[in-house]
Amino acid sequence: MIEFRSVSKTYQDGTAAVEDFSLEIPARRITVLVGSSGSGKTTVMRMINRMVDPTSGTVEIDGVDVATREPVQLRRGIGYIMQNSGLLPHRSVLDNITTVPRLTGVSKADARRRAFELMEVVGLERSLADRYPSQLSGGQQQRVGVARGLAVDPNILLMDEPFSAVDPIVRDELQQEVLRIQAELAKTIVFVSHDIDEAFLLGDQVVVLERGGHIVQQGTPTEILANPATDFVATFIGAERGKRRLVVSDSTPAIGDDRVLVDGGGYPVGIIAAPGGRLEAGNPNPKSRSVSNKTDQAGDA
Amino acid sequence: MIFVQAIAWILDGGHWVGRAGAGNPAILQRLGETLGISVISVAIAVVIAVPLGVLIGHTGRGRLVAILASNVARALPTLGLLSILLLLIGINAVPIAIVLVLLGIPPMLAGAYAGVEAVNRDTIDAARAVGMTEWQIVVRVELPLAASLLVGGFRATVLQVIATTTVASAFAFGGFGIYLINGLAQNDFVQMLAGAILVTVLCLLIDGALAVVQRLVAPRAFPAARRIRLRRRRAAGHSGPRPSRGRGPSRKVCSHEEDLQRRDRGHRRDGGDRPDARRVRQLEEPERRRIGWR
Repeated sequence: MIEFRSVSKTYQDGTAAVEDFSLEIPARRITVLVGSSGSGKTTVMRMINRMVDPTSGTVEIDGVDVATREPVQLRRGIGYIMQNSGLLPHRSVLDNITTVPRLTGVSKADARRRAFELMEVVGLERSLADRYPSQLSGGQQQRVGVARGLAVDPNILLMDEPFSAVDPIVRDELQQEVLRIQAELAKTIVFVSHDIDEAFLLGDQVVVLERGGHIVQQGTPTEILANPATDFVATFIGAERGKRRLVVSDSTPAIGDDRVLVDGGGYPVGIIAAPGGRLEAGNPNPKSRSVSNKTDQAGDA
Repeated sequence: MIFVQAIAWILDGGHWVGRAGAGNPAILQRLGETLGISVISVAIAVVIAVPLGVLIGHTGRGRLVAILASNVARALPTLGLLSILLLLIGINAVPIAIVLVLLGIPPMLAGAYAGVEAVNRDTIDAARAVGMTEWQIVVRVELPLAASLLVGGFRATVLQVIATTTVASAFAFGGFGIYLINGLAQNDFVQMLAGAILVTVLCLLIDGALAVVQRLVAPRAFPAARRIRLRRRRAAGHSGPRPSRGRGPSRKVCSHEEDLQRRDRGHRRDGGDRPDARRVRQLEEPERRRIGWR
């Protein structure tokens, strides 16, 4: 579990990036920090691996204040995946993945074996191992980034808008990939995003931030969708524009038992099953997230 | 013609060997003197300028001071400074070396800090975030990526130093400049021209060799591909440049021009996913809206 206790970050010029921020991030779940740019979400995330040190307040991982940990050692135990992958352009895919294990003293052979395993986990062909980042597509680079993040088998993964630079089709694939990997590995993931759809898709817990790292609302996607706490949240999730309020289209003919759904603006957004003219009820627990081995054990993140 | 005479003067085998003096130009001895003082001066300049430049590039601090100091050093009147130092220290190699070092530092410093500074900040940030120490960032990330510009700075330094050794010859120091000084004094224009040619050819040879080195350490994006290609070429007995065949980045060492071409062809180095973006653009408008493409 990661815990923020009234954390603030004020820069030397007096700008307050984060003010009095408190949050509990449960172990083995995905927590998405979502907000527009300038909301301090990345700053908050970077406090976990001491890339940013708070001006006041404490950040604790399993009850240990990170300020007492040596930054380099701390970072080597936490996976970090960033936008534009952040790969080393002069090193091959394999060398990029083995970078951190090699720093921590893992033997070359072991690191390579593990890297090949990880390439399989993130869906990369073995034949790409000797390529250089510039020879890969953006989506492949991001996959390498994820593999590198997983290389030291960390309990915590920090993901800083990892998919915002890839196109929507690839982003979709990568998001599904994250859910699949999470179902398998059950890490404590802190995911920063400005895309509310991404947040709702990935987050077990979604935290909506406003300027200065103020939490406007936190909860499951369902809770936030059902009850936007403020007008800001309503606008942010698109409820205000009627994007989230769907009605059955009356003009479009039915396709068997299916009906076309339109949003508040009249745009078609999906299909709903209506056997015998009655709408079906579903359980708002995505299959990908209900994983039996995900338990909140103390001391594992 | 004087040019032909100068070439003949250089090609005269007797002019190369023996000790200098009594009408013997002793080109080999002068070459040794030129290279000797140059190697020492360049080495000192590198030892001073590279760590300083890397430090400035890595921390981003002290850049203004470095630029200012470099410009001042560049503007120093070589001959004047040399005269003063010779008067102060005495007529030996030390003041000459000091002047050469002072002139050699600015380009090396500029190459070092510009090279390190040009490394993508995101790459460095990522290296730090995964747990590299500052030293590891410098040695394993910044230096390899700055290698090309570092060698570029080194090239400029070497040329600057070798060219300036000729000035030092005015003060009882040997080197190729002695032919210019003696030639002028003796109205021997053939000797003067020969001296000028010798210095120029030496500079061109060294610069050419360093240009090859610079290409070899260049962006280092595809060293494996390069090694294989060189091995293959050696095995096939090729000596000249191979006729280019095929396309794609692995074909040869990545130059800036190629980089631009590749960008034009739609491969971006910054992780943008152009081909797929093109795929999206071909979709119908409602389909694009559905997947949220803006």
